[in-house]
Amino acid sequence: MTTLTPVLSKHWDQADSFALETYRRNGGYEALRKALRMAPDDIVEMVKASGLRGRGGAGFPTGMKWGFLPKDNPNPRYLVVNADESEPGTCKDIPLMLANPQVLIEGVIIASYAINCNQAFIYVRGEVLHVVRRLQHAVAEARAAGLIGENILGSGFDLDIVVHTGAGAYICGEETALLDSLEGYRGQPRLKPPFPAVAGLYASPTVVNNVESIASVPGIVAEGAEWFSGMGTEKSKGFGFFSLSGHVVRPGQYEAPLGITLRELLDMAGGIRPGHRLKFWTPGGSSTPIFTDEHLDVPLDFESVGAAGSMLGTRALQIFDETTCVVRATLRWIEFYAHESCGKCTPCREGNYWMVQVLDRLEHGKGTEADLDKLLDICDNLLGRSFCALGDGAASPVMSSIKYFREEYIEHFTGGGCPFDPARATLWAEPTGGKGR
Amino acid sequence: MSTPIPGPQPRGERLGDDARARLEVDAKEIISRYPRRRSALLPLLHLVQSEQGYVSADGIDFCADQLGITAAEVTAVVTFYTMYKRRPVGEYHVGVCTNTLCAIMGGDQIFAELKEHLGVGNDETTADGKVTLEHLECNAACDFAPVVMVNWEFFDNQTPESAKKLVDDLRVGADVRPTRGPDSVCTWKQASRVLAGFPDGRAAEGVQAGEASLRGLRLARERGWRAPEAGAGDGGNTGKEAS
Ligand SMILES: Cc1cc2nc3c(=O)[nH]c(=O)nc-3n(C[C@H](O)[C@H](O)[C@H](O)COP(=O)(O)O)c2cc1C
Ligand code: SF4
Repeated sequence: MTTLTPVLSKHWDQADSFALETYRRNGGYEALRKALRMAPDDIVEMVKASGLRGRGGAGFPTGMKWGFLPKDNPNPRYLVVNADESEPGTCKDIPLMLANPQVLIEGVIIASYAINCNQAFIYVRGEVLHVVRRLQHAVAEARAAGLIGENILGSGFDLDIVVHTGAGAYICGEETALLDSLEGYRGQPRLKPPFPAVAGLYASPTVVNNVESIASVPGIVAEGAEWFSGMGTEKSKGFGFFSLSGHVVRPGQYEAPLGITLRELLDMAGGIRPGHRLKFWTPGGSSTPIFTDEHLDVPLDFESVGAAGSMLGTRALQIFDETTCVVRATLRWIEFYAHESCGKCTPCREGNYWMVQVLDRLEHGKGTEADLDKLLDICDNLLGRSFCALGDGAASPVMSSIKYFREEYIEHFTGGGCPFDPARATLWAEPTGGKGR
Repeated sequence: MSTPIPGPQPRGERLGDDARARLEVDAKEIISRYPRRRSALLPLLHLVQSEQGYVSADGIDFCADQLGITAAEVTAVVTFYTMYKRRPVGEYHVGVCTNTLCAIMGGDQIFAELKEHLGVGNDETTADGKVTLEHLECNAACDFAPVVMVNWEFFDNQTPESAKKLVDDLRVGADVRPTRGPDSVCTWKQASRVLAGFPDGRAAEGVQAGEASLRGLRLARERGWRAPEAGAGDGGNTGKEAS
């Protein structure tokens, strides 16, 4: 049986866990001291050896990404932390930065030292005011303590960190759109290659990493690569947040080794709400194809989730019971993608617009079987043909919901409307005997 | 991509000379944070929003002047991001998450009941100028669904009743307290100033974590689960336990 392994969340129950003093009392910044005595390249090697893979969704090996920075480029290097957290279902970085922004700051300093960069940015979404405050506060406290600035802890290493707030655009979580946004433009993705490692912020070598990835670095430096790789599975090492939301008894953050299953997590979270049963769930946010109760035992690691037809993504487990209409859920997700499409490429801009129309009539009982083919046809034009992964992601809920719940789509138009009562799915719905709808 | 407002944009309020002079000092500070000037545009727009409550034509001109770019270039950016408003916003911006998870958990009902209760539609402001209502996309708080944001502070686990009481309190000026935020809610303009990078000294207020954020940790403590120690001196615990 897999157990929880609180590492990043270990001190979140201390009332002032966000304060520098608390963080230090709990052993914070010891990793930085150790790192500053190491050769930068050795830190990169250590992170490679740990097997840490990006926690922002794609799972790219973090140490390898750092190693891609060209040695011969004379431009300054930048580290940009992706704190845009906007993928529907994803809700791990925000509580982390609220409760312990210092572990992120320590990670930023170590990562910057490792890649030889003197200017780092934390690009945080704007709609989370108190998180912005906590980040600003953390940077100010670290600066006052000589942990940021010139000649950090007498090492000769200089670093400045700027907290930069976004302004409401999901696409700015895509790393190249984020860089355009940070440069003061509309956030639209750039053609890759060149990758940010080669030509990123201001066309200079840049590392973009997720909050949780960077926050995992101090632990690796302090405890060692083997400590980290001793957890998780063969190819998906270490631990991560599993964020349970929706129709579960105790939704929340569960920090566990990769490879844990939903069955185990549900058991920890008190199960599906009483009188109901699991219908469908996302393993890693709305851009990852949905799973059903067939997939309760799929190990939640990159390989196993992929083999089962979805993606681990951000481990954002949105859980829906049998009171939920899958057509309504999908429609709402596609409304989101249509709203957030940056408009740069046709398949995504037009495809999402049309999918909303088709899903809307299906949900309201005015669709036809041909509409299902139409949706799949549009998805075919999105998946692999969009300029960035937002477009690919939009195909996920549509294709997977039709795959598992085609009958339910059909029932909508044979029955002349949606057979579900939305009131039964709410948080305040009266418990029922689990009769279904 | 935010939906453009049809028709020509009104210029909006003028930015007075006093305000301009004050903002220029702030703008200098913002610009000095970045290796290249233009990177200051997003915080500058938050800054002008903190003065006028929205981004007026004068606000756009101000940003353009500070950065040496055209008003058209600034406008292109303003219209891309949903947090920049082109029309005045009430003292309190009330956002109801209606993305899938929140919608299904009751966000749709909360939004519908608030519209009815306040007598406004989406993106409209009550006649007293107090509350602007808007539906939101996912605000990264799904384990606290349904979620309502007031001036971008978290109000977690809402019901139609709690949300209606919340807006009533806001309208009469009664104290409201975010579930994960400072002890009270600041105004929309004050919030915009923090977003522009000028701290308001309230970071240490409020809880460090909400209940849902702590559930895994609490359970681990209860059951004596922890991450292995380095060197595996604890019997090689790797997050696995004999079942
Ligand atoms: C539409 C879209 C939105 C994204 N949003 C985020 C985000 O909010 N946070 C994040 O870390 N990565 C996000 N990503 C992934 C980033 O592009 C990038 O892979 C990641 O920041 C790299 O960091 P990592 O290697 O540490 O995971 C998004 C990708 C896409 C296509
Ligand atoms: S896929 Fe969508 S978000 Fe990505 S570049 Fe194309 S239009 Fe923009």
